[in-house]
Amino acid sequence: MISINIYAIYSLWLREMIRFFRLKSRVVGSLAPPFFFLAFLGFGFGSAVMPAIPEGVGYASFLAPGIIGMTLLFSSTFGGLSMLWDREFGFLREIMVAPVSRLSIVIGRTAGGVTTAVMQGLIILVPGVAMGLEIPGLPAFLLALVFMLLIATTFNSLGLAFASRMKDMSGFSLIMNFMVFPVFLLSGALFPISNLPGWLQTLALFNPLTYGVDGLRGSLIGVSAFPLALNLLILAGSSVAALSLGAYLFEKSDVE
Amino acid sequence: MDAPAIAARGLTMRFNGFLAVDGVDLEIERGELFGLLGPNGAGKSTIIKMLTTMLRPSAGSAAVWGYDIKRERDAVRSSIGVVFQDPSVDSQLSGRENLDFHGRMYGMDRKTRTDRIAEVLELVDLTDKADVLMEDYSGGMQRRLEIARGLMHHPAVLFLDEPTLGLDAQTRRYIWRYIERMNEEEGVTVVLTTHYMEEADHLCERVAIIDQGRIVALDSPERLKDLIGADIVTLEVDDSVTDEQVGALSDLEGVEAVDRAGSTLRLSVDRSEARIPEIVLAASRAELLIRSVTMHEPTLEDVFLKFTGKKIREAESAGAGRMAAVQSRMRTRRH
Repeated sequence: MISINIYAIYSLWLREMIRFFRLKSRVVGSLAPPFFFLAFLGFGFGSAVMPAIPEGVGYASFLAPGIIGMTLLFSSTFGGLSMLWDREFGFLREIMVAPVSRLSIVIGRTAGGVTTAVMQGLIILVPGVAMGLEIPGLPAFLLALVFMLLIATTFNSLGLAFASRMKDMSGFSLIMNFMVFPVFLLSGALFPISNLPGWLQTLALFNPLTYGVDGLRGSLIGVSAFPLALNLLILAGSSVAALSLGAYLFEKSDVE
Repeated sequence: MDAPAIAARGLTMRFNGFLAVDGVDLEIERGELFGLLGPNGAGKSTIIKMLTTMLRPSAGSAAVWGYDIKRERDAVRSSIGVVFQDPSVDSQLSGRENLDFHGRMYGMDRKTRTDRIAEVLELVDLTDKADVLMEDYSGGMQRRLEIARGLMHHPAVLFLDEPTLGLDAQTRRYIWRYIERMNEEEGVTVVLTTHYMEEADHLCERVAIIDQGRIVALDSPERLKDLIGADIVTLEVDDSVTDEQVGALSDLEGVEAVDRAGSTLRLSVDRSEARIPEIVLAASRAELLIRSVTMHEPTLEDVFLKFTGKKIREAESAGAGRMAAVQSRMRTRRH
């Protein structure tokens, strides 16, 4: 029997919002790395010619969607893993003892994590525009927003899935360094994946963020390696798969 | 007739072959203020975790407010409030926001939440701290807010796991008053665990004494202490005390029993204030050197000693050792 508790989902989402707007220094801290990547790589390689970047597209414009993807990847994975903190500080028990279906809890947490991640992605869009990114119009912006939502859902759910399998916080930096960083570097965020040797390209094709970054590029600068519909389809698939995995592992995890 | 607040039959929890709870039968009436008393590691918290659906029992069954803890988990969860042993608040939220979060999780609408938050804050005297962040609350204030939160959604049964653990004596008395007040004013059935004798004695209408996962005695604190009957006179004597010397004391009129543990003799004595001079004289006739004499009326500690043959603190270190061994085994298994 599947039941959804709207009030509870809203409560969990609202909690993430309150925390997001209250913990400003944490938000500033998590936005600093993508901002520096964007500023220094954008200016540093701005005039360099990089192979496989289409003619007429400056490196800064090419980079900006990639860095938005990076921001979403880091903040949403972190959001999913934040269940570890709730377990550590006992708040998870308060959530789990409530008469609320486990599915509602997963949906509420995911909604909160995705919203905060997308807000951070939108914040990084601002310096991107300042560095020369030109958004073609509202439909393009809305399409980019859809890609942001799907990227955040995929990685927030994966974070939740990992957190459900971990007993304590010790695995946190392992996940960040051995999963999140390779996913970032192998996504084509910094350079076209066609510049990679063949076997690494193949690996990149199994990375959901590759399609996320490519989709953001397609919608924001009109240049993409794959058709937008394909990007959309694969990301939607990875979101559903990751969300199902996260929900399944969360359901099975112990509170204690 | 209404079902009892809690009815457990053969409730059992086994962790990797270690019996944490061993076939507990328990019936708690509606409106009762009931205590589970025992040393750390006795299985009290595990019983609470099973009754609050946080752990699935290995065997046996239980119903809370008439709902089965295995098959009707959401109905059980709707009927109970829980104050956990460890903190379980969001420290980045204010007191009011924590209560608001809780109310929504239990499906309360805005108007109901606002009114109820004012009520429960009043009950624990935190009205003027409502908008302070939890991280700025003291330990005692935080515990009071958790009690208020446990009551927020009008539960039928409120579980309190070691409600005064780690709090100073004055704060403890305040918490006792809040617990009594909500039991009277809200009519909520209260089930608490404690390893403080005086807490169980002061607060609870009935107490179940738990040791090594089993209930060894269950009654009102008064009736439990009546089982000891007489006062307890404790004599510290020489190590070399002989059986004949002990016999000389137990033969005295009014001395009902003598327990010996090393150089400590515990005498159960009727009307002890009148008997002490005779006891001291008899000891000196038997050439038994007394180092000190103390007497007290029976406490739940004496009841625990009578049923388990050890003091609660001794049981505690043994129990803690058992738990540590289990935990390390469980860790090993996971990795």
